[in-house]
Amino acid sequence: MALVEVCGVTPNFLDKSIYEEKCVAEQLLELDKKFFSYHTKISLPPFSDPVEKLKTIAVDEHGRGIKIHYDKGTTTLAFKYQGGVVVAVDSRATGGQYVGSQTVKKIIEINDNLLGTMAGGAADCVYWERVLSERCRIYELRNRERISVAAASKLLSNILYNYKGMGLYMGPGLYYVDSEGNRFPGDRFSVGSGSTYAYGVIDRDFDYSMTDEEAY
Amino acid sequence: MELTMQFKENILSDHKGPKQTYFSPYADNGGSIVAIAGEDYAVIASDTRLSAGFSIYTREQSKLYKLSQKSVLGCAGCWCDILTFTRLLEARMKMYENEHHKQMSTPAIAQLVTTMLYYKRFFPYYISNVLAGIDEEGRGCVYSYDPIGHCEKVQYRTGGSSSALLQPLLDNQIGLKNIQDATPVSIVKDRAIAIIKDVFISAAERDIYTGDGIVMHVITKDGITEEKFPLRTD
Repeated sequence: MALVEVCGVTPNFLDKSIYEEKCVAEQLLELDKKFFSYHTKISLPPFSDPVEKLKTIAVDEHGRGIKIHYDKGTTTLAFKYQGGVVVAVDSRATGGQYVGSQTVKKIIEINDNLLGTMAGGAADCVYWERVLSERCRIYELRNRERISVAAASKLLSNILYNYKGMGLYMGPGLYYVDSEGNRFPGDRFSVGSGSTYAYGVIDRDFDYSMTDEEAY
Repeated sequence: MELTMQFKENILSDHKGPKQTYFSPYADNGGSIVAIAGEDYAVIASDTRLSAGFSIYTREQSKLYKLSQKSVLGCAGCWCDILTFTRLLEARMKMYENEHHKQMSTPAIAQLVTTMLYYKRFFPYYISNVLAGIDEEGRGCVYSYDPIGHCEKVQYRTGGSSSALLQPLLDNQIGLKNIQDATPVSIVKDRAIAIIKDVFISAAERDIYTGDGIVMHVITKDGITEEKFPLRTD
């Protein structure tokens, strides 16, 4: 502590907990307060612009690049028709060039009458749609009525807007919500790397008054 | 006064030009994990080599962490991240135990691992995790993760430096993928152990970051048994 004063560093500059010897349990409790009870707040990196900065520090002591591959999803598709809503997805997750899994569940049940689909960072989508399902349940308990799809998608886009520009990727369907905080209502959406092909097919064949069989 | 000037000049001459500082918190310490879930058991194994580039730090470092009597976590990747992550995980499990007066079930641990990994979304742990255990009904289960906590429940999975080498082998041997008229059957414990030994021997042949030995944990309702096997050490 004395050394800090001699050097002229203001104590605020450094985290106080470095000096105060706290046991691990105490530190964890603090972490708990910050995170456990409030899990939309995740740890912020010790540097600005994580997308760019991570690329420069992801190098080992021999100067070779370390590639941290996240699982990413691809094509999802959703449209409204007279019989209801159809949601379709593929089930492949890739990490870099490697097909990480062929059996991913990309349709996430938010509750009994809400489905989210995921394209982009798999962990991002699953985590935030899980948070959303919790929020929807709380809404139900508070207001004694089901949350509307519009309200649910608004909740999600509001959460995501807080992390805008930090490299989250996602896009669940029908209300289109993306990681920039955008949110569009619509009849039909397709998201992901295969979406251009899916749009091609659906734009040709789409008809709002189609039957259930045609929808499949 | 003159003395101070002299002093300043000396200091200035010591610092010639701008200096760049490096911050490289990540390292790749290699290692591989394989896990297989069966009807009433789960097997998880790791190699015991800890390396960095062409040098080996130790030949006998297990990468398996016994979390409870029913679940074992395998971590491979950046060793410092593994140490930190497992230490925090154990503390969080202890907190759960004190709060709920029972041990965490394997599916609960699986979710905890996801949230703990995602917490570091913008400065991730560089680890590949595979969690094996038996669930509340006594069935074997394996969960695999990406570095930021995308979790998937699977029957068999590899992780770590030679995961891309081993996964297709397991797809063929256990998943019976792309084999005509084959119906996947659940495999018995001895067969799972034999397959794991075989795949590690194959990995040690082709991957320099995997070798020296295998540690294998077999999880059944009666507890966890540990076995060790040698691998090639070159």
